[in-house]
Amino acid sequence: MERQVPHFQEALELLKARLLEMGGLAEDRVRTAVRALVEADMATLDSVLVGDEAINRLHIEIDDRCVKLLALHQPVAVDLRAIVSAVKINTDLERVGDLAINIAEAAARYVQHPPVKELIDIPRMAVLAQDMLRDALDAFVRRDETLARRVLDQDDELDQLKTQVFQSLLEHMTRERETIEPALDLVLISRHLERIGDHATNIAEDVIFMISARDVRHHHDERT
Amino acid sequence: MKPGHGTLERMVPTVSVRPVAEPLAPQASGDPSSPVKVRASGLSFYYGATRALTAISLDIHANRVTAFIGPSGCGKSTFLRTLNRMNDIVPGARVEGRVEIDGADIYAPRTDVVALRRRVGMVFQKSNPFPKSIFENVAYGLRLNGLARSRHDLEGQVEASLRSAALWNEVKDRLHDSALALSGGQQQRLCIARALAIRPEVLLMDEPASALDPIATQHIEELVYELKRDYTIVIVTHNMQQAARVSDVTAFFWLGRLVETGPTAAMFTNPREKLTEDYVTGRFG
Repeated sequence: MERQVPHFQEALELLKARLLEMGGLAEDRVRTAVRALVEADMATLDSVLVGDEAINRLHIEIDDRCVKLLALHQPVAVDLRAIVSAVKINTDLERVGDLAINIAEAAARYVQHPPVKELIDIPRMAVLAQDMLRDALDAFVRRDETLARRVLDQDDELDQLKTQVFQSLLEHMTRERETIEPALDLVLISRHLERIGDHATNIAEDVIFMISARDVRHHHDERT
Repeated sequence: MKPGHGTLERMVPTVSVRPVAEPLAPQASGDPSSPVKVRASGLSFYYGATRALTAISLDIHANRVTAFIGPSGCGKSTFLRTLNRMNDIVPGARVEGRVEIDGADIYAPRTDVVALRRRVGMVFQKSNPFPKSIFENVAYGLRLNGLARSRHDLEGQVEASLRSAALWNEVKDRLHDSALALSGGQQQRLCIARALAIRPEVLLMDEPASALDPIATQHIEELVYELKRDYTIVIVTHNMQQAARVSDVTAFFWLGRLVETGPTAAMFTNPREKLTEDYVTGRFG
């Protein structure tokens, strides 16, 4: 019966596991939405549109866990920062889940039209955004500040890709008026993917705060 | 509370708080998943003319940790001691109402009080090991109650009790040293091992960690958390954070009354009573 790990630490590990689970779900929904866009798979898009119940349930459960851990254990130092970060990460992940729906909505409209162009940059953006999300969560779980900082750097790359997508679509819209409507949906999708990168960036900033107690948001402390 | 109740009167907080309606409704702990082990119904307790507890009704569930909190003099320790009739030895003490364990009234005339205290063990604020060896402290109760069949059996039970109290690894190489040479936290765990040795069903703990440093306190708290698998545990603590950390159910006492009880998470995030909220947020007490 002699134990080594205080039950608070077990509860904290469980909280992290639930956040990871939620991150996995959110990432999966983004991947599914973008793949369904590329494959013009309406049935899969429909499944993304109705399937965010699990994320919403986890959103509430994780917040509830955080409130209870704060109320019952009065954590301090890194434990306090971990729970405060978890509350914020939870909100970011729920927003990513919502953005997956926004992507599926735009994609569902887009696939009703003839394709504007071959989709190359948007899938690249999706892969990059998912990588950022996964790295940010890995950094959270492994308390890896280097990995968190790499996420911050990747955000610029994602922004660049979005600008590239936008310019390319602008050319299409200027040349052929009938592409304006579907092209706008692609612009929206690229914007949603860029926002997912922003949420991954927020998570990475929270991870750095958790690890080192430094607030790097808005360049408040130095990023290096 | 009527005037003229002596010491209790001085416990009235300086901030204004809403008076508690009398009588308070019977309290459910909100934990139907575990059977009721101990049930107090309309329990009042008097020290002579002084009423220390007023009509306490409370269910304590098996395999749960129930914490009693409240300011000094609120009756939480007095109530704890009614659960194994430790108050019987107080001159002029008088009990009204019922306390049932597994449905049987422990204040019924034919109750064997010694047998009751075997079933309902107790650990006190100040560790009180016998001035004997570590081994003998645990073996004593086993021998007294004829619970060991042989020397080998006795040794096995002493080891099991020390393991249950998370002390075995620290003392296994010096079982025959004096218990008084142990640290305060170890002595307290030894007292827990001693209480566990005679296989109680309920363990009452009266501020078991209040004399200990933070590390020893954490050991005791983790132990309490583990022991609920096998025992029903009731813990009195003046440390609200400790109640929050270790208990499943919390009961808040004030001026000899049970103000509120419920799942600990609810008591510390959203208590129903304003008085409870004022106490757990440190606005009085």
